[in-house]
Amino acid sequence: MKTQLHPALIGLTVVVYIFLVGPLIIVLGASVSDTTYLTFPPQGFSLRWFSNIFEISAFRRTIITSLELAVLSTGLALLIGIPAAYALNRYRIELPKWLSTVFVLPILVPEIVLGFSLLKSLAVGASAPIFLALLAGHTLIVLPYAVRVVSASLASFDFSIEEAAVSLGSPPLKTFFTIVMPNVRSGVIAAFILSFITSINDVSTSLFLTGPGISTLPIQILAHVEQFFDPTIASVSVLLMLLTVAVMAVVERTLGLTFLAK
Amino acid sequence: MVKRHLGWWLAAPAILLVVLVLVLPVAATIGTTFSDDKGVLAPYLAFFGSGFRRNVLWRTLEIALATTAISLLIGFLTAYVVAKSPGRLKSLLIIAAVFPLLTGVVVRSFAWLIILGKNGILNNTLVWLGVTAEPFSMLYTEGAVIVAMVYLFVPLMILTLVGVLENIPEDVLQASASLGASPAATFRQVVFPLAVPGLIVGAVLVFTGSFTSYATPQLVGGERQMVMGTLMYQRAMVAFDWVGASTIAAIMVVLTVTVVLAMSRIARRLNPMAT
Repeated sequence: MKTQLHPALIGLTVVVYIFLVGPLIIVLGASVSDTTYLTFPPQGFSLRWFSNIFEISAFRRTIITSLELAVLSTGLALLIGIPAAYALNRYRIELPKWLSTVFVLPILVPEIVLGFSLLKSLAVGASAPIFLALLAGHTLIVLPYAVRVVSASLASFDFSIEEAAVSLGSPPLKTFFTIVMPNVRSGVIAAFILSFITSINDVSTSLFLTGPGISTLPIQILAHVEQFFDPTIASVSVLLMLLTVAVMAVVERTLGLTFLAK
Repeated sequence: MVKRHLGWWLAAPAILLVVLVLVLPVAATIGTTFSDDKGVLAPYLAFFGSGFRRNVLWRTLEIALATTAISLLIGFLTAYVVAKSPGRLKSLLIIAAVFPLLTGVVVRSFAWLIILGKNGILNNTLVWLGVTAEPFSMLYTEGAVIVAMVYLFVPLMILTLVGVLENIPEDVLQASASLGASPAATFRQVVFPLAVPGLIVGAVLVFTGSFTSYATPQLVGGERQMVMGTLMYQRAMVAFDWVGASTIAAIMVVLTVTVVLAMSRIARRLNPMAT
């Protein structure tokens, strides 16, 4: 359809995109400023705030904790989420309709409520180790990606192909990995990426589940900002943005960036 | 036996996780608000009896509603332009919206500290332009929280609505044009009604997200602009008033679930393509 867009609409779009991208460029600029306070435009050029990140032991520790959490929670969520997604599609008739709504609950309940409840029930109530409570919370919040994204790509899968393989003598588990999984590859990759990014960036679930000795990177950033107004946080932010770039590059390589538009 | 219930067995671990890690702990949290020594509804009477806490609730609603309205307006108009852009430009615009979305909440809120702070870029610009003689802190105001929240949610709105607008069948638009409707009339009478269900979905995401947010109001609003999320944290971790924090949690859950259920029902009813 070829219709002319009103110039005012185009103008608005330009302004909105400046609004979207501008603040991130400002963070990038502030991270290389050779000053002891945050400022933009940067004065001088220095990468010392990047090395300063790793000189602060709290950042070293929380970066590792956050990466561990992201990898483990994503792995666990896929491990239990893919079979659930498979069941929801393969046994659609046998299973009750409300079952899929169970996996909407983690999106429906506010994360901050989840975090507080886990503190009360798991960490204090059951005296579970904090890391375990964090892992449980993160696995739960990324589970909907595993179930729903994989489920969406299974929805267009023709299960008669699987039945054909089984009836020709292929064992069920082997059939699953050689016939079903390759067909939902893009869904699994998308679920992995969304889960990983969600876990790494999470604040609200982790907020209550940190304490002396254990914390995650976003919570450590919040704590640092309250005390210091130096460019260290801008540098950490740039590292996190680089992670986003890396993730988008992976998406581009495996799925094509148009995938993100869906 | 196992074979007959294979579907259940495969879904069981995931269901178990949701029940054990979400349903039971959250139910326990809400439960404690009804088992107070001072009476069944005492925690709620205490919440609504406190002028300060009522203020926090109203402020949070105000911020969430303003954020939703602004995000809807600029998100919809921008999504319309993005959806109509030619191929390469469209992918570029989508990437530019995905990038902030994938960058964390903390990073995106932190950016506004540099912009709105007393020695921030906005103040320096205003002083340089001669608009104000003295820099003044724009942080810790309700406006600052709303701006940072809109910044947070506009990409989500754009991406949701681009998907919705692209799903509008081409022939419906062609029919409208061939029957003599101007582009503006087509937009008002065809595109907009068809986008309403998508607008509602987007509005629900933004409203619930901003109503329950923590990081942005904490960084940009501070203690002066306390909202439900920051108040809950303060009650639980500073005052150790766990019943008070649970009450705030329960109010959040009830409000979120009500809004989601009511709005999805309305969205279904308003869908002109539904038969």
